[in-house]
Amino acid sequence: MVSLLLAGTVAGRGGSGVPLLELPESPDVAGYLVRMAFHEAAADVFEYEAPARRAKGGGSDVLLEITRIQTNADIHRVVDRVQGRAGTILSTKLGYPPTSAVPFAVILSEVCQNIIEHAEGPGWVAAQSYNWSKRLGRFVVVISVMDSGRGFRGSLMGEHSARYGDRWSDATALEAAFLHGLTRFPDSGRGQGIQQMRKQVRKWKGLISARSGSARITQVPEWDDSPPLVDGLAQLPGAQISIVLPAKGAGDS
Amino acid sequence: MTECPIEPVSIDVREVLKGVGDDLMQQSVTLHSYLVTRPTGRAVRMAIETQLPGAGQLSLSVIDFSEVMLIDFSCADEVVAKLLQQYLADEPPDAFFIFRGVHEAQWNQILTVLDRQSLAAVVERDAGVFELVGVSSEDEDRVWGQLEERGVVDTEEIETLFGAHADRQALSSLFSRGLAFRNPGSGSIHALSRLVRHLL
Repeated sequence: MVSLLLAGTVAGRGGSGVPLLELPESPDVAGYLVRMAFHEAAADVFEYEAPARRAKGGGSDVLLEITRIQTNADIHRVVDRVQGRAGTILSTKLGYPPTSAVPFAVILSEVCQNIIEHAEGPGWVAAQSYNWSKRLGRFVVVISVMDSGRGFRGSLMGEHSARYGDRWSDATALEAAFLHGLTRFPDSGRGQGIQQMRKQVRKWKGLISARSGSARITQVPEWDDSPPLVDGLAQLPGAQISIVLPAKGAGDS
Repeated sequence: MTECPIEPVSIDVREVLKGVGDDLMQQSVTLHSYLVTRPTGRAVRMAIETQLPGAGQLSLSVIDFSEVMLIDFSCADEVVAKLLQQYLADEPPDAFFIFRGVHEAQWNQILTVLDRQSLAAVVERDAGVFELVGVSSEDEDRVWGQLEERGVVDTEEIETLFGAHADRQALSSLFSRGLAFRNPGSGSIHALSRLVRHLL
């Protein structure tokens, strides 16, 4: 859904007007869209026939409905919104201690700030729990963040591209930010957001990946077999950060 | 013992956050317990700085986090690391800080930013129990611990207690890092915690 909003935003920049969206009729999909507050976000992006009656979002598996991130006040709202739900969902679905709501909220705050500080364009965030019974045999919580900004390469280009020379690309820009914590700011206090997110996600044996331009970089947990770095993908304007937090397994401490 | 020429003040971060929050959050939310986002942290730090005396005047501030429910890394960098860095630039430092009421929900973020910037700070986690946290050498830890135990070391005791070369160096480093206070009048040395006891 968040990707759809990004696609619509990019399509809308093409000069051919507001893109049209035709939604599937399946009641399951329709219900899911409502629960995630898709229609509220999509109204700014697409021309489409929204359902006549919009049910209230925030169903039991929804940790955070699709939320547009454009200002710092949006991030304060996100943190406030997840505080109540995160403890419950993380403990009941994933078996995490109730105190995990704090690092979860901190992750959300840092990942959303990435949009405002680095992308310089609007973005969206959403979080939801899913039963990945077939894929993993467990519940997971998925956080998805996307923006339509200038991407990692564009953000770092001015400060760091020269040292990479011919090697400068979407992939090296992702490596620089994701692995080495580089940012366009000279301030040494910057760049720790992604590093700390990686550290916390690793503690929870989760997956975190960042996609931008033609590349994707992933911190791969034991249960996944994604390649750590992929290049040559279809161009993605802006950036996408995905986090998957799995339920604790029987042997997990 | 010469009277100490420093009058500590207590600054409640949540109150500061309330003051800056309405502007930052466009008066649309009243989330005055969440210290999140770098602009919020920057605004809080600047508001704290306005409460400190001007350059050249000694100050000791108890920065009270006990009513803050959550702090993210960006805010911790601004409100803790950058606040300390600003005043450590002066040699010797004239502003000293104790971070009070730091609880579990803030601990990792504050430790992380101190480590990242190679800083150390005096922190009160449990009531009345002060710790030196962040980056410090074994000698600094030991000398700081001795000073913390004593509270005050008068001039005539300094040589006896900290006469060894390593101790003198560690003490000097604690002064320059704003982790211990030397009375410029009497030369006596004070644990920061001793100077704020009446505020706690």
